[in-house]
Formats: sequence, structure tokens, C-alpha cells
Amino acid sequence: MLNEIIKEIFSAQMLSLVWQGLLETLYMSLISTAVAYVIGLPVGMLLVVTDKDGVKPNPAVNTTVGSIVNFFRSVPFLILMVAVMPLSRLIVGTTIGAKATIVSLVIASAPYVARMVESSAKEVDRGVIEASLSMGASTMQIVRKVILPEAKPSLIYGAAISSTTILGYTAMAGAVGGGGLGAIAINYGYHRKETVIMWLMVFILVLIVQVFQMIGSFLAKKNDKRIR
Amino acid sequence: MSNNPIIKIEGLSKTFGNGTGAITALDNINLSIEPGEIFGIIGLSGAGKSTLVRCMNLLERPTTGSVIFDGTDITALSDRELRKVRQSIGMIFQGFNLLMQRNALDNVCFPLELAGVPRNEAKKRAKELLSTVGLADREKSYPAQLSGGEKQRVAIARALATNPKVLLCDEATSALDPTTTQSILSLLKELNQKIGVTIIIITHEMKVIEQICNRVAIIANSQIQEIGPVQEVFRHPKTQAAKKLIFAKEDYTEEFVGKGRYLRLVFDGSQTDRPVIANMVIKCGTVVSIVYARTKMINGKMYGHMLLELPEEQEGVNKIKAYLDSENITYEEEEYNA
Repeated sequence: MLNEIIKEIFSAQMLSLVWQGLLETLYMSLISTAVAYVIGLPVGMLLVVTDKDGVKPNPAVNTTVGSIVNFFRSVPFLILMVAVMPLSRLIVGTTIGAKATIVSLVIASAPYVARMVESSAKEVDRGVIEASLSMGASTMQIVRKVILPEAKPSLIYGAAISSTTILGYTAMAGAVGGGGLGAIAINYGYHRKETVIMWLMVFILVLIVQVFQMIGSFLAKKNDKRIR
Repeated sequence: MSNNPIIKIEGLSKTFGNGTGAITALDNINLSIEPGEIFGIIGLSGAGKSTLVRCMNLLERPTTGSVIFDGTDITALSDRELRKVRQSIGMIFQGFNLLMQRNALDNVCFPLELAGVPRNEAKKRAKELLSTVGLADREKSYPAQLSGGEKQRVAIARALATNPKVLLCDEATSALDPTTTQSILSLLKELNQKIGVTIIIITHEMKVIEQICNRVAIIANSQIQEIGPVQEVFRHPKTQAAKKLIFAKEDYTEEFVGKGRYLRLVFDGSQTDRPVIANMVIKCGTVVSIVYARTKMINGKMYGHMLLELPEEQEGVNKIKAYLDSENITYEEEEYNA
């Protein structure tokens, strides 16, 4: 029995399936993280700048954007995935597989990324921003030359956390037709009751999280000039 | 250069919040600061002095009143015009506020970068400034690698990068130890003399004002209580608020019981260790009795208060006062009827 399972796991067919799943998972999470940052970074900055203690307070913009972000943050990911299927079909032409999953992953994670960015940016010392204002910096200059560079270590660290969260989402997406290691875990482990394969996929996912986190911490530290 | 004030503040008030919760931080402030002077603003914490200095470059918008910088009312300017004016008003802070992810050289380059100065030119100017403030060898150091005094020197170099006409100092030495405070104050004085930059200093420390300021304004209860040359204001404070600050009543809360005219002397460490009272008695030929004294010597300098019972005849009193004036000792006459 055990022999057969081991044989199945290490069969050429299975190995290529896992390899395929691994690539798909990395592809989905990295592309989604990148696109989520393209949207989330400016939105997060907008939230910080328009905050009541921000450089350009604007309660109307801040409340509106904040509410939209909160709305998407509060919809459970599985429900969001199903709900955005029509949109996926419109953008990438399909509702299943890795490409379709990226659409819903971006929609689910961009608001999360926006909040991560906001929290990192708020760590920048208010005094430094005040000093920059006293030197005649414009709002755009403060965002680009003060907040982003000063918050860089924290932003990198936040990106590591975001990418691992998105990795977790890709696994969930497996349940509703997404690809990757999550789909393998569900198809083989859950539906065919091959628990060993399910745990193997979980183990690989844990490894990827560790690697993402390590790279993030390393880069954050390397880029931080506050450490003597 | 004309004799017009470099900064003129007219009828300035600042209120935070509104309705019943409104707090008045500044109330009808009028102030003229002349080009080239070192002007001090002193007050206890919460007096409104930090708000006042922030109104000078509009980091804080006054509720009413105007701020006239070099002939222009800056409260009427557009954002873009205001940013341009701010390049002519440098500012340094208690917490230094350096960019932590930039080294000393790039911190000094920062305001030049904002002003659109080409990188090479900015670097050259920043190097000059760093050597002016005595940090030529630390240009590659990050703020985290610098001491408090060094950080403030970088901040001063940065504030002067765009050749401002005015340098605002908001409690710039309050986070520094006495020796470092000395060196920063001498640097400010040197810069004032060398490049003629007008300096406005906000502090709660009398010593800072005494050491480098030409004129001082005492601020308390959101208003300017007294304004004038430092010697005059500190030796003979007229208002209650000024007296409270200079004679620091909270230092001697003990109830004094007595009757008659007394002279309270204040030793703030600026006197030497000469036997002041003994000399006074010999020189003036009048005998006084010390009815209360609380003084201590720190590094050979005297700090504290002393209460002398004054002689009956006015002539002796005048002699004593003349002597104290010549010795630069602050005093106040008090009457007790207990």
C-alpha cells in the first residue's frame, strides 16, 4: 500500500504534474502580486496623503477610497472568485485555470496591498515630512522622494507578507477551477482521498512561503540604512 | 539691503478646533524681525512658541493675520508661490528630521534636488556646506551613524543649502547635551556673521537666548508679553509672565514670612565664582542681611535665588542696584507685609 503510494508520487507523470503545478502557483502568485502592487501602491499612497494628518488632507477622497478598499477586503475570497468569473471571461477569455485566477487574485489582493502600503507609509516620521514641506517640497515630491524611499524597507517587508498571502489565495482558487499546487492538493488529496499527496502539496507551499519570507526579510534589511 | 523687516507678523492669531473645544494657541501677535539679527522667542511649553515659528513659513496656517516675508504677504500666495518662498526660509528642528535612508551628503542635496538644481552642482554645494559645518569627513555617513550634534550640523547644512534669508530654529538644541549645545550655538552665531542669515530661535532655555540672541520676545498665554534687547528684558523684566519665567518661581515655593523691602537675586550660572555679596557690601558700604538663600555651585558657577533685606535709606538701595547692574546680576524688588 505504502509502496504503491510512493511509487505513484515519484512516477514521472506525477513529478511532471507537481512541477507544472509549482510553476503555475509561482506564476499566479508573482504576477498577481506585481499587478496588485501596480494598483495597490498608488491607492495606498492616496490613502496616506489624503488622511486627516496627511500632506494633503481630503476627507471626501479618503473616505470614498477607504470604503471601496474595505468593501473588497470584507468579501470572502471564494465568493469573490465566483463573483468575478464574468469579468475574468471578459479580460482573459476563460473562467478556469491560472490566467482566470490571476484576475480574481488581483481584485482580492489589491485592496489588501493598498492597506499594507498605507501602514508602511504611515511609519515615516511626521517630522521628516514637515521638514520637507519647510524646504518647499510639493505633494508629489514628498511621495516620491520622501515617503517611498523612507518607507522602502517596510514596503519590501510588506511585499513579502502580501505575496505569501496571495500564495495562500492561489491554493484556495484550486477549489473552483484555478490551477497550481492547490488544485492538485484538492483534486488528488481531497477528491481522490490521497492524503499523502495533499500533504506533499501543503509541504511544498510551506517551503515557498518560507523562501518568499526569507527573501523579503533579507532585502528589507539590506535596504535599511537605519541599522548601524 | 533695505531696512525693512525680513519678517513682519501682523495681528496673527491661531485657533485649533472650533466651537466650545477651540483652543487659542496664538492671540494677536505682532512682531518685526530685522535682517541679520538673531531673534529669540522664549516661553514655557504650551505657550504657543512652536506654533508661532510654524506660522512663519506657513507649516501652520494662521487663523487670522498676515505674515510678511521680505515684503510679500505669504498668506496670500498660491501653493506654488509659497513653495518657492519656502526655499528662502530654512528650518531646523529638535528632532533633526533627517532622511534616514540618505547619507549626509544626499540629505544636504535634498532641498537642492527639490529646487531642480542639477545633480553635480548640488553635490558640489553640499560638500562645501558640510565642510562649513565641520563634517567634511562624514559625507558618506547615514544619520543612524551620526551623533546628535552631528545630525544637527547636517540639518543646518541642509537648511542653508538653498541660501535662505532666514533660518528658523525650533528647539534646535533641546535634545543635545550642554557641550554640544554650545558648539551648535557657536556655529549658528558664526553662520549669522559670515553669511548674514537672519536667525530666529525658539527655546525654553534662557541660556540659549543669553548666549547668541540680540533681541528676545517672551511668549506666555498665547501672547507676546515683552520684547526687546536680551540684556534689558532679562535684567529688568516688566511683566508678570516674564518675571515668572526669569525668576522661575516654582523653584522656591516656600512661603517667606517677613515685613519690608527685599531684593531677590537670581544666579543663572552666567556669573563667575567671585564673592558677589561680600564685594557688594564692601563696595557699597551698606550692610545687608541674607534672609533666604537657595544656591548651588555647578562647575564653579552659581545657580539659585537669594533674598536680601534692603537697608532703610534709599541711597544705599540705589548703590546696591547700581552694583548689581554693573555685575549683570538679575534682581527684582519685592515687598512683603506679612
